[in-house]
Amino acid sequence: MSAPRPEIRILVCESTACASSRSAEIRSALEAAVARLNLVDMVEVGFTGCHGFCQKGPIVVVEPEGIFYCQVKPGDATEIAEAHLAGGEPVKRLFYRHPVTKEAVPRYADIVFYKNQRRLILRNCGIVNPERIEDYEERGGYEGLRKAVTSMTAEQVVEEIKRSGLRGRGGAGFPTWFKWDLCRRQPGDEKYVICNANESAPGAFMDRSLLEADPHSVIEGLGLLGYAVGASRGFIYCRAEYSLAARWAQTALGQAYQKSYLGSRILGSGFSFDVEVFHGGGTFVSGEETALLSSLEGSRSMPRSRPPFPAVRGLWGKPTVVDNIKTLACVPPIIARGGNWFASIGAAKSPGTAVVSLTGKIVNSGVAEVPMGTPLSTLIYEIGGGIPNKKSLKAVQTGGPSGGFLPGGKIETPLDFDSLQEAGSIMGSSGIMVMDEDTCMVDAARTFLSFVQSESCGKCVACRVGTRHMVGLLDKVASGKAAEEDLGKLERLGHIVRNSSLCGLGQTAPIPALTALKYFRSEFIAHVVDKRCPAAVCRELVTFRIIPGRCTGCQMCVKVCPTKAISGPRSQPHNLDQGKCIKCRSCYEVCKFDAVAGEAIIIVS
Amino acid sequence: MAVNTADAVQQRSRERRKSLLPLLKKVQETEGYLSRETIRHISRTLRVSENEIYGVASFYPQFRFQPPGRYHIQVCLGTACHVGGAPNFMEAMKIERGLGHGQTTPDRRFSLEGVGCLGCCAISPVVVVNGEVYGRMNRVTFMRLVESLESPEKPS
Repeated sequence: MSAPRPEIRILVCESTACASSRSAEIRSALEAAVARLNLVDMVEVGFTGCHGFCQKGPIVVVEPEGIFYCQVKPGDATEIAEAHLAGGEPVKRLFYRHPVTKEAVPRYADIVFYKNQRRLILRNCGIVNPERIEDYEERGGYEGLRKAVTSMTAEQVVEEIKRSGLRGRGGAGFPTWFKWDLCRRQPGDEKYVICNANESAPGAFMDRSLLEADPHSVIEGLGLLGYAVGASRGFIYCRAEYSLAARWAQTALGQAYQKSYLGSRILGSGFSFDVEVFHGGGTFVSGEETALLSSLEGSRSMPRSRPPFPAVRGLWGKPTVVDNIKTLACVPPIIARGGNWFASIGAAKSPGTAVVSLTGKIVNSGVAEVPMGTPLSTLIYEIGGGIPNKKSLKAVQTGGPSGGFLPGGKIETPLDFDSLQEAGSIMGSSGIMVMDEDTCMVDAARTFLSFVQSESCGKCVACRVGTRHMVGLLDKVASGKAAEEDLGKLERLGHIVRNSSLCGLGQTAPIPALTALKYFRSEFIAHVVDKRCPAAVCRELVTFRIIPGRCTGCQMCVKVCPTKAISGPRSQPHNLDQGKCIKCRSCYEVCKFDAVAGEAIIIVS
Repeated sequence: MAVNTADAVQQRSRERRKSLLPLLKKVQETEGYLSRETIRHISRTLRVSENEIYGVASFYPQFRFQPPGRYHIQVCLGTACHVGGAPNFMEAMKIERGLGHGQTTPDRRFSLEGVGCLGCCAISPVVVVNGEVYGRMNRVTFMRLVESLESPEKPS
């Protein structure tokens, strides 16, 4: 522990996505190579959590130079160690390449994906080792907590949060200080604080990234919350599927206890606070704060009606504050550096930064952080690198599965709570899904609505029955069986579900369908009137065809077809029997990836 | 004094109840599923009725009441994976192996489960076999993966 750290550090990302590409093997290979080259005193082989650029994983970073290697394979370890670590000559082959100019970009900071970001919530992600509390402390960690418990009163902490203007990052954008103050003013000394890390919105993975990469900032934020409201017990509600995140959080808790950042009489003050990780059930609705409380109490996670708000009557009927994990990660720097500093970042009414996960048809998918108020176009075209394969943008969905679709014309909408709401969408989980011209909006609306429908807890009729019927109507549209009046029905039903559901899940569920109808009505009309799917997606309205001129007769599709619909001798264009075709896409995919000529099979509407 | 005792009793019963979900999770991790015996045992330990436990456990999709196959295949059906064609994997298993969501083959070799987003959207579509993540799949590579699990030598 006391030995000086080697100057050069080579850090392998071992977060879930990179680990799936065998990053642990890369690390052991690097360790072996470093030992073999007798570099152990000079080079430290370590690991970090998520860098956010998962698409280019596994990622290996060499500090302090900041050299960024991507898509590294275990077999590359020796070359990196010999050429770079021993020889001082970085391995150019593994540099990130600019998607358009193909220019190699050696340094982390110069990559477009990172260049336009402002990392505040993710300030330590990919930099600290999540299993080393010292790394976090070196970067100013636990200073906020120390400052609060030694020199601030609970009121002052709440006051600082109020000054910062911090709004809940869970989606609704409720002023954080308000909840804290309400809970603080409740009588009694049995209060609870909860970190909501039950991220189960599809397409959102920033909570996982954050908890895996920087668990201590979350723990510190939770400690500050506990201090502010006078709670002595806190929980990190982590989704069951995120086993790595839960494990690293558990390790971090142990270290925080050892260093007296948690436990009784924290840092010599009178404040005592305990935290435990709770493995949640992994349902979408559990992210709703009252449903989360039911789950923590060991019941089916169904929402309760509000008021009374959790800050008045929450876990086991006691005052409770539930804050999103990203909100809590904002808190330590606010306390350490002051609320005014935070308020100066981002948009006037939505200060701070937004962490978004970019997915879908986008060149650079991953987790990024930008100041609030950044236009969506900056996110998509600069950080995200635009749409791949020279396709054009059709729609952007913000806010996860229950967020609205915004058409290309709304691309300049600033990313903040109020502007998005005005445009008809929501901030929600800040998952940003980019859709290109190949996406069918009917199919997209149906996909999201079926997800929410299957996740409905079933407590209230509007959501349980309403979403079911909406999915039914969209099924009808997608299969070409709907009449024009069905679109009106769909719209009406959507408004009913939105206005009469008990919790946020039901209230936001119809948004994708409603915005799709609003902005992309012509596509619905095409399905309903012309019985065709313009994007050639909806299965019952498309056919698969082989272009004889492009087919080389390689028989790949003949082999994969599950219904033997394709026939033909080798080296001659094959034949596709429409009567047998079940439109499973196998031939299409194998033709695209494996066939000699390639893309001889097309889908047409 | 009486108030204190009541508080203590209430506190104990809360903690017991709170440990229900973590306990179910732990049992499923070690035994692979929740058997009737397990549920009966938990019911006795925590003093929560069996009906109540089934009620809670069946609410959460992560809990299984049948033993999984030797290869437990989880297909992510989150948005990014869905758009990338993950529902085709489910369909392929249905057509070619007769295996649907939540089912196990009679020889207990495979079991299939469609799951919510696993948060690996950047490498979608994603399939998880016995906890190991396979990214960027398509129908063809997926079926090859399944075949490789069937052959005697383990896939690399």
